[in-house]
Amino acid sequence: MTSIALNPELASISRLIIQGSMLFYSAAFLSFVFHLSRLASTKKSLRQAATKLERAGIVLLAIAAVIHGSGVVLRGIAASRVPWANMYEFSITGSFIVVVIFLIALFIKDIRLIATFVSGFTLLILGSADVVFWVNVKSLMPALQSYWLVIHVLVAVLATAFFNIAAALSIAYIFKTAKWVENSKLKFVALLKRILGLFPSIEKLESLAYRFNIIGFILWSFTLIAGAIWAERAWHRYWGWDTKEVWTFIIWTIYAGYLHANATRGWSGKRSAWLAIIGFVAILFNFTVVNLFFKGLHVYSGLK
Amino acid sequence: MPSSQQSRPSLDAPEQPINSPTLSVAGWSRWIWRQITSMRTALLLLLMLAVAAVPGSVFPQRSADPNGVTQYFDNNPQLAPVLDAIQLFDVYTSAWFSAIYILLFISLIGCVVPRTLVHAKALRSAPPAAPRLFSRMPASLKVKTTKAQSAKVAEQAQVLLKKQGYRVVRTGDAVSAERGYLRETGNLVFHLSLIGVLLAVGIGGGQSYSGQRVLVEGETFVNNLAGFDSFAPGTFFKEEQLVPFSVTLDKFEVDFDFVNQTNIGTPLDFRASVSALIPQSAQNSTLAKKTGVIRVNEPLAMPGSNIYLTGNGYAPEITIRDKKGNITYSGATAFLPQSAKYTSLGVIKVPDVEKQFGIISFFYPTVAELDTGALTSLYPAPIDPLLTMNVYVGDLGLDGGSPKNVYALDTSAMTQVAGGKSGVKGLRLQLGETVKLPGDLGTVTFDSLKRFASLDVSYNPGGFWVLVFALMALGGVTLSLLVPRRRVWVRKTETGFEVAALARGDDPILEKVVAEVAEALSGKTTKTTKSESK
Ligand code: HEM
Repeated sequence: MTSIALNPELASISRLIIQGSMLFYSAAFLSFVFHLSRLASTKKSLRQAATKLERAGIVLLAIAAVIHGSGVVLRGIAASRVPWANMYEFSITGSFIVVVIFLIALFIKDIRLIATFVSGFTLLILGSADVVFWVNVKSLMPALQSYWLVIHVLVAVLATAFFNIAAALSIAYIFKTAKWVENSKLKFVALLKRILGLFPSIEKLESLAYRFNIIGFILWSFTLIAGAIWAERAWHRYWGWDTKEVWTFIIWTIYAGYLHANATRGWSGKRSAWLAIIGFVAILFNFTVVNLFFKGLHVYSGLK
Repeated sequence: MPSSQQSRPSLDAPEQPINSPTLSVAGWSRWIWRQITSMRTALLLLLMLAVAAVPGSVFPQRSADPNGVTQYFDNNPQLAPVLDAIQLFDVYTSAWFSAIYILLFISLIGCVVPRTLVHAKALRSAPPAAPRLFSRMPASLKVKTTKAQSAKVAEQAQVLLKKQGYRVVRTGDAVSAERGYLRETGNLVFHLSLIGVLLAVGIGGGQSYSGQRVLVEGETFVNNLAGFDSFAPGTFFKEEQLVPFSVTLDKFEVDFDFVNQTNIGTPLDFRASVSALIPQSAQNSTLAKKTGVIRVNEPLAMPGSNIYLTGNGYAPEITIRDKKGNITYSGATAFLPQSAKYTSLGVIKVPDVEKQFGIISFFYPTVAELDTGALTSLYPAPIDPLLTMNVYVGDLGLDGGSPKNVYALDTSAMTQVAGGKSGVKGLRLQLGETVKLPGDLGTVTFDSLKRFASLDVSYNPGGFWVLVFALMALGGVTLSLLVPRRRVWVRKTETGFEVAALARGDDPILEKVVAEVAEALSGKTTKTTKSESK
């Protein structure tokens, strides 16, 4: 007789902790926004005071990540398994990994300027996770009870985190090269232009995005293969064009296109940046719309 | 846009001159071939493939969800045939989807084969001589040294670069070095492996088969065509492939959670205990016995196939007697689960009697009555089981010869005599109970409750090779994306020496490499003259 011990009280505590981390993410996000607007200011004194804000933002972000991480761990303990088996759990774990990778990458590459995006995006994900996706701890359906859940999903989440950061860089690239930003006379756009002026050069943005995307692509390829191995065990065929398999394939193909675009005359630069963004939009689509509304064997949202 | 070539300086092939196509047939075909095998075509085909895959996730597909297709036809009788005509229910075998990937693979072969030849030559040839102007290279550096130092620089550079894994040649005062051949090797292995994946999928799929069988506890089936409820052979499948073993479902167990409040009724584990008899060879009739437990995620390996557990449910054992007491129907009938709480639907057909009749029956493992009077099941385990039955008399339609779905009753030529609007209440039976059927149809008894398992016997020899090629592709792409390929040159000058480097693709540390080589050769810290590496 199989039995498990779930701890719904602990799950509620975990939820509270993650809500707490959102306060810190908000504070970090605001610091980064103020930092950018000050940097872009025309007054010199304001610009000089800005660095402190940025440092405060990063400290707040790190604190938020620690709190967030403990919430994720508690969720795992409450469910007595890995905390990535339904949409609520994918969201909290995935966004945590994005923040961790971002913080680690800060030591290696100067990508501080997308901190606003990363903290804002994390806030958005955690907010929707709490409001829309929340479910109490449940056991896994037998098809999910496999060590492939640990490997396949974890690597998919990691890949997504890399694609996410790359998409942020590509979005900055698109704005920076946009004609309408260049030519506009609106006051708001002028501010945006000054902020963009603070970002690394477009060449730098492009090559940084490329580096995050290649790691993402390797991890996504692994995800695809691991998924097929698991499908062979659970559903007696390694590939059956199930909706989730279709979208994993589509995403993989878009990023393969992106890699080719980088080596094709007339396609590197703006077009490949768009491909990276489209790829990431496909990932978000796969995660939300496909999970919730498409029919298929992968019905793991945990929502009715 | 000019004809497509790579935008980056190529390390292997010299830039091809852009020929304007001549009008000769040979010229045209060469031009077309060049278009097909161009990088831009590959890119466009990849993006087309991504877009073409989308409708398969929107419309139900015959291969994955045949019932969905039937339903779609029922719900959209006008639209469905139109969609069907353009193969939107068979996207992944459609002419247009196939056309895209076949073109893509033609392009791939046309692209990779010449590259392989070029690379094979590059692997055997020495790194090219140093360029005349080092300052033209993406990263370069001039260093002043003493005469004595500069005299030894070529020799030192040769030793240094060799130690760092470069292939090095020295010509007089200059050294040429190259490393990272694995980048291109990886790229080629990756692309070639994709061809391997495609072939393995195609050939393996042709030899594959999968057969489905619903088996009630105590029942046995034999692995031959007659033994399956449904069977899907690949194109090259031969009946001799089936090893005629027999499999008996001894016991089927389910663990439902009834401890954790948030999780009540969730299945924790399904276990099908089976025993099999396996013929040892075609000639002699000795049988080997094998027992095992099949679970979701844990198929049982049998000769020439695996047996998977794909579904389960209840199979109430029911006996029907006519008014004289003769048994007219008896056995365990698989009821298909309709909900997570295992409210299940079953159909019983009684053909061999004076007046044919059929029963549509619902089974509730733990029955409860809603305020509306409708029944429901509270819990998936059989704590308080109940069967309800609606009875229909009339032609069962079994004599027509066309195969009939055993899980459906076509009531179009029948009259309802119990349940619904028939004026007679539907029957309700608890376990062990016997009740009278309406009219003079006799009685029905709910004898006992069994479980059934849906088993799937599958074989796909391609799977292994798909995995091998897929892993090779993964290894290849990793090398290709992460191994830097670069050339480094060092040359003695009047006042000291100079260093230059050129990379293929993205090389974040090109300048650092130049600086480090310069530093090692001169013994002092330096700074590169040119910044952008890209
Ligand atoms: C099934 C179709 C294809 C897929 C999935 C695919 C995928 C990829 C991927 C993922 C990369 C980046 C990794 C690497 O450098 O190895 C790549 C690179 C490359 N592919 Fe393909 N490819 C396909 C077809 C083609 C075709 C038809 C061509 C020839 C026109 C081609 C030429 C190249 C080249 C030259 C590179 C190296 C680009 C560079 O220098 O960075 N590929 N491909």
